Amino acid sequence: MMPVILWTDALIFLLAAVVIVFVIYARSKPHLRAPWYRVFTGRIAAGSVVVLLAFVVTGLLDSVHFRLRLENNGNHNANHYSGEVLSILDVLLGPIRTRVEKTYSAPFATHLFAKETIELDDGTKVRDYPRLHYGGQHLPDSGEGKWQDILQRSLLAISEALLASALILYATAALLGRRTARSAREMVLAIWRRETGLPWRTLLTITTLLLLLFFLVLNLASAFHVLGTDKVGQDVFYLTLKSIRTGLVIGTLTTLIMLPFAIFLGIVAGYARGWIDDVVQYIYTTLNSIPGVLLIAASILMLQVYIGNHPEYFETTVERADIRLLFLCIILGITSWTGLCRLLRGESLKLREAEYIQAAVSFGVAHGKIITRHILPNVMHVVLITVVLDFSGLVLAEAVLSYVGVGVDPTMNSWGNMINSARLEMAREPVVWWSLLSAFLFMFVLVLAANLFADAVRDAFDPRTRAR
Amino acid sequence: MFAYIVRRLLYAIPILIGVNLLTFYLFFVVNSPDDMARMHLGMKRVTPEAIEKWKASHGYDKPLLLNSEAHALDKLTDTIFFEKSLKLFVFDFGYSDDGRDISYDIGQRMMPSLAIAIPSLLIGLMVNITFALLMAFFRGTYIDISGVILCVVLMSISAMFYIIGGQYLLAKLLRLMPISGFDSGLIALKFILLPVVISVVSGIGSGARWYRTFFLEEAGKDYVRTARAKGLSESLVLFRHILRNALIPIVTGVVVLLPLLFMGSLLLESFFAIPGLGSYTIDAINNQDFAIVRVMVFLGSVLYIIGLILVDISYTIVDPRVRLT
Repeated sequence: MMPVILWTDALIFLLAAVVIVFVIYARSKPHLRAPWYRVFTGRIAAGSVVVLLAFVVTGLLDSVHFRLRLENNGNHNANHYSGEVLSILDVLLGPIRTRVEKTYSAPFATHLFAKETIELDDGTKVRDYPRLHYGGQHLPDSGEGKWQDILQRSLLAISEALLASALILYATAALLGRRTARSAREMVLAIWRRETGLPWRTLLTITTLLLLLFFLVLNLASAFHVLGTDKVGQDVFYLTLKSIRTGLVIGTLTTLIMLPFAIFLGIVAGYARGWIDDVVQYIYTTLNSIPGVLLIAASILMLQVYIGNHPEYFETTVERADIRLLFLCIILGITSWTGLCRLLRGESLKLREAEYIQAAVSFGVAHGKIITRHILPNVMHVVLITVVLDFSGLVLAEAVLSYVGVGVDPTMNSWGNMINSARLEMAREPVVWWSLLSAFLFMFVLVLAANLFADAVRDAFDPRTRAR
Repeated sequence: MFAYIVRRLLYAIPILIGVNLLTFYLFFVVNSPDDMARMHLGMKRVTPEAIEKWKASHGYDKPLLLNSEAHALDKLTDTIFFEKSLKLFVFDFGYSDDGRDISYDIGQRMMPSLAIAIPSLLIGLMVNITFALLMAFFRGTYIDISGVILCVVLMSISAMFYIIGGQYLLAKLLRLMPISGFDSGLIALKFILLPVVISVVSGIGSGARWYRTFFLEEAGKDYVRTARAKGLSESLVLFRHILRNALIPIVTGVVVLLPLLFMGSLLLESFFAIPGLGSYTIDAINNQDFAIVRVMVFLGSVLYIIGLILVDISYTIVDPRVRLT
């Protein structure tokens, strides 16, 4: 096995590390803990955090890549690796990934979606829907008893999910009870009556729902294509799961990349004023005046030409697609940092007149130190709110850009590419609706959770809304 | 006022130069014209002669910045930078990579774009303000809260889905209007209807929620309390006092968009096969027609800057307290 560290993988784990360090740091600082506590006490926000976490875990699992070693044929000295780059998620989903049908098939289908000429055993030819290779293989050829089978599996899944969530409920209650010196039973009741500080009832309800989905998929996906198959027969559920990482990368790395520039230029412009301010303002007005899509299009077109002319830099198609994804993040960052930069400039213009900054100046504190010690911590809430608010917009933007043809690489799994191909599928007769629906559902849930969470964060951190 | 506008126009020049240099860098320095030619002619097995021929026929065969072989002033003017970039300033857009006159195409395609964009903007504005007023009127009640939640839900749906879903539902299943296409004259009305409806619906979520915050902000101010203390009815306060003052940020937010309406909507136009500037841009991107993309980048930034100036002017009109100096 040879680990493959893609650029975006490295950055994603860097980001995860930063978040973890920040959480540990914030726990020890009351002024940081208080607003975050306020965020999590909201029921809607707490619920959306659980959903977001499920997406993030899937994305992280999909960000550890490696290439499997090929069997050696005679040549024992050299190791050969498969050209296919896999991730942990691929391995976990194992059978779903490899069980490829011939073409479209509806969710839970046992037969293909389109009629074909089939040669029977006795040599005669009929036009009928051919049997799927994998979907519903355990059923008789006529597909009889399918719904009974699905019902059985679902019931099993429901009982498993309930059992698992009961265990989790008990474990949480026991842990919480230990802190407040109450028995687990009392604590379960307290959770049920919403007498806990954090909305544990909501948290656990959402977890139960997610567990239910998980077990349903676990039981059903091993026998059926739960969300059907696409044009080349790949399982749509697998494709949708793989698209999560793309969405998350676009939503998070874009802001991560733009942050240093926006923070540095914004604060320096507001603090230094004069010609530095003019230059920074000029830079962001210029960038801002170019329509975003067109700048992205122009840059991606240029990148395409560059990649096309230098194929030798990229060992696998995945690496090539990854570079394009990273570049897309950079370009999106360049087009979107201007808003934050302008906000920060305004904020530090205000702050530099504040008494404590004046005091620091008159004490002779160096400018660099004033910026890092006094201004930066006081504008961090603006940064945080912007980052969280931008996330959902960026996930949505990916779909649009992929449609325009300047989004992620066509070989990469993404909701944008799925919706894009769904356009032709919706024109078919009868309609192939499941790719569009599954891409839409996953994207909708992620964006909705992100939006709700962002609202809670803004309400908790924005001093203007806090006063109300 | 006049002096202010002149100064703002002068200030726009360095910005446009910046945009121009940036696009020049992107299109001609990052990748040389040779790369572009190879891209257009196909990657493999391109003879140098074919590349030279392609470059010559599209005017890319000159030096980038300085033509040392030419005489006197031609040293500067007989270059790609002058021919392709500086001429944009006098709106001489030249020819697209497949030989069409870009200025003519833009003129032809402007009207269909506006036919979609203007009704969408106006109807959308009215719908959003109505919803926002409704939520502000019932602020703090369940109507308001469920309205806000509905807005967040609507916001979380991708624009692509609104279009595909709307096309499928309204045009294919219910057969209320044609799926796509465009026509001249009054017949165009039936083609315009669906894109306008979809664009209005997809904008409600973010629009109504945004306007609601404007209304609530005004509702918390002192003059509103005074009006209530005078004994005015709640609806009178809302329409006479809050609405009028909240319209200031709403109007100025719309004014900045006005010039950009010419550019059309990329998504709507290409999904509905409307021959406007949005689909023109998308086609150019898909055909990798660098000349058109370059022109659209320049045009877009010109319109954006005009929008910024219009915002400042509209401030003085809607809000007499603002004076431009």
